[in-house]
Amino acid sequence: MAPITFLEAIRQAMFEEMAADPSVVLIGEDVGVYGGAFKTSEGLLEKFGWERVIDTPISESAIIGAACGMSYLGLRPIAEMQFIDFIACCFNQLTNFVAKGHYLWNAPAPIVVRGPSGGGVHGGPFHSANPEMYFLHTPGMKIVYPSTPSDAKGLLKASIRDNNPVLFFEHKFLYRRIKEEIPAGDYTVPLGKAVVRREGKHLTILSYAAMMHTSLEAAEALAKEGIEAEVIDLRTLMPLDEETILQSIRKTNKCLVVHEDTKTGGISGEIAAILFEKAFHDLDGPVLRVASLDTPVPYAPTLEEAFLPNAQKIFAAARDLAKF
Amino acid sequence: MPATEASPKTKLSRQQYLDLYYYMRLNREVEDTMTLLFRQNKIVGGLYSSLGQEAVSTGSAYALEKKDWMAPMIRNIGALLVKGVPPRDIFTQHMAKYTSPTKGKDGTSHFGDLENLHIVSPISMLGDLIPVLTGVAMAGRYLGQKIVAMTWIGDGGSSTGVFHEGLNLAASQKAAFVLILENNQWAYSTPVRRQVPIENLADRAKAYGISSYIVDGNDPVAVYLTAKEAVDRARAGEGPILIEAKTFRRRGHAQHDPAEYVPAEQREYWEKRDPITLYERFLTAEKILDARGKKEIEDKITALLEKDREFALNSPMPPAEFAAAGVYCTGDDCHKIRPKWERPISEVTPPKSSVDPVWIVEGFGRGKTSSRENAPIHFGDTQPATEEPARNGKSPSKPAAKPPARKPAPAKPADRGKARR
Ligand SMILES: Cc1ncc(C[n+]2csc(CCOP(=O)(O)OP(=O)(O)O)c2C)c(N)n1
Ligand SMILES: [Mg+2]
Repeated sequence: MAPITFLEAIRQAMFEEMAADPSVVLIGEDVGVYGGAFKTSEGLLEKFGWERVIDTPISESAIIGAACGMSYLGLRPIAEMQFIDFIACCFNQLTNFVAKGHYLWNAPAPIVVRGPSGGGVHGGPFHSANPEMYFLHTPGMKIVYPSTPSDAKGLLKASIRDNNPVLFFEHKFLYRRIKEEIPAGDYTVPLGKAVVRREGKHLTILSYAAMMHTSLEAAEALAKEGIEAEVIDLRTLMPLDEETILQSIRKTNKCLVVHEDTKTGGISGEIAAILFEKAFHDLDGPVLRVASLDTPVPYAPTLEEAFLPNAQKIFAAARDLAKF
Repeated sequence: MPATEASPKTKLSRQQYLDLYYYMRLNREVEDTMTLLFRQNKIVGGLYSSLGQEAVSTGSAYALEKKDWMAPMIRNIGALLVKGVPPRDIFTQHMAKYTSPTKGKDGTSHFGDLENLHIVSPISMLGDLIPVLTGVAMAGRYLGQKIVAMTWIGDGGSSTGVFHEGLNLAASQKAAFVLILENNQWAYSTPVRRQVPIENLADRAKAYGISSYIVDGNDPVAVYLTAKEAVDRARAGEGPILIEAKTFRRRGHAQHDPAEYVPAEQREYWEKRDPITLYERFLTAEKILDARGKKEIEDKITALLEKDREFALNSPMPPAEFAAAGVYCTGDDCHKIRPKWERPISEVTPPKSSVDPVWIVEGFGRGKTSSRENAPIHFGDTQPATEEPARNGKSPSKPAAKPPARKPAPAKPADRGKARR
């Protein structure tokens, strides 16, 4: 099969799930006639019609509220945020209504909220967000953040079939920059399973989404210095695959966490805490973090470059860590 | 469209008149029982009263059919009772008992019953139910169920952003949705004039291009007839309808609030218009209710409430280990809701699903759609995709395609491509 882009993987996942299950619908801004601001729903309206591909007013709270209400009658809505930054506008609907439903009323809302996230494309402070940690702190939602087309497709299908609300972040830097041959036919990638992208014995780099690729690049450079880094792609942050993480740390005894989200309150802090709780005696050095600066995402290329982690920053941190 | 009064002055059947009376009385007695329980420290959290507003909850919910959906707000105990919730669920819920609908995980009227009674649980955040019930109505139409969805909102809650978003979505979708705006003159300590600088809150409907009604919220027959007309119209496909019911909150915001900020004249005016007293007078004059009939109803309510109150008092609190349970749905049996199709599924699956919408927005969907693959996109199109396939891209768990590294910013701004916004 010909390799496909990340964008096409998302589109295929939605298309195939909608074709297979009439309870799957798509709701969002400009998702119909226009096919979405990033063309992820291109062709869906023509195929599935106006009742299943629903263009809404610019009302994020109403989109999430309506998706939630639809799920109460057995539908499985996919709600699109035109840019994931706008998820802040429906924070209340998500954290208070959607996330608490199963705990309080035994009423899970099997909805997927998906949208383009992340920086590196000069989107500026309002079109570059990595909002995962706002929601990781809210019990009741799953969080998926894939890094490859094949994972994107398999994880999105698994998310649509999941009975819980799932936040599905699509790093827009990857949308058309990578192509990959994907498995033929219907497949899913299970939520909660990390994957070892590169094996190594000197230290472990944990990452996800676009930074996974940057971490791999750094690992190549480290290898030239004789440092073999194991690179793990977390893929889902909730549930977090602690087993795969701990297994790797028991082998390498060192851990570097890399994420594009800002540093303070990023998942690296949570992972460090888990390692102290569960692998204290396995650690031969500090848990280090490479993350974005604790600022809004700046617009100018020179500023954004300074804001974001990159292969050099990862390389430097990993080399320091390897010395322990 | 100016707000109107419901047109048909049709008579109700004797049974309907008596039903309304029964539910209003039940509504009040349930709350009186809870007030006593509150004073005995048996209610865990706060207690809200709908004293004087029983006609709104009862009359509006009475207009719904069994298959219809609703979501009550905190002062809509009466609506819960009409829809079929037993008083014991309301008692156990307020007392945080393990036997309550949320098994002690939440209190007040914060519970629902999706599968049987079609009740969506409210949450505290005012207005949030409006888009949710809009979604219920949209799903009902999609499944061919011909249902109507109803919820309530206060004069205060009608100023939230989600009220606007929800009602506008409902209007743009022509959803079969009825919103009862319960104007009880106060939002906590703030009078309605301080919240909204307009005379009739029903006028807000104009902004959404939808129909509205104003009704005397202390007259259960008027509320019922208005709600019934609205429900019928919504079901017939006329889109959402807003009903402003004018009434008065006779107690404080909750038990803790003596509501001394309410002017004495206003209180006096409304005390004289108690919905149950007025309705009883009407039923007696119309010879629908006599002393014996009244006693029968009272005895029935007393027996029911005594039984349910006992049940609640004797119910256990949830065990501590239950606190950690149920955040996520795990396994297939925790999500039992399956769509109930009442239209042929083929209508919504290809190739039939590409049919025209039921209502048409001029020009919508008639233009050209953009071409696949190379259509321009926001931001993401600054660089072409690499043509090389992934090195190990066969399986989803293998290392995947590598995007070009983010190099330091190139010198020439022209290289940055055409990011669009
Ligand atoms: C969004 C939101 N803000 C604040 C509150 C706190 N609060 C609860 S009830 C209430 C007053 C509500 O007034 P109204 O909507 O008129 O309803 P009523 O109490 O009169 O029935 C307030 C401010 C809330 N529940 N939700
Ligand atoms: Mg009020």
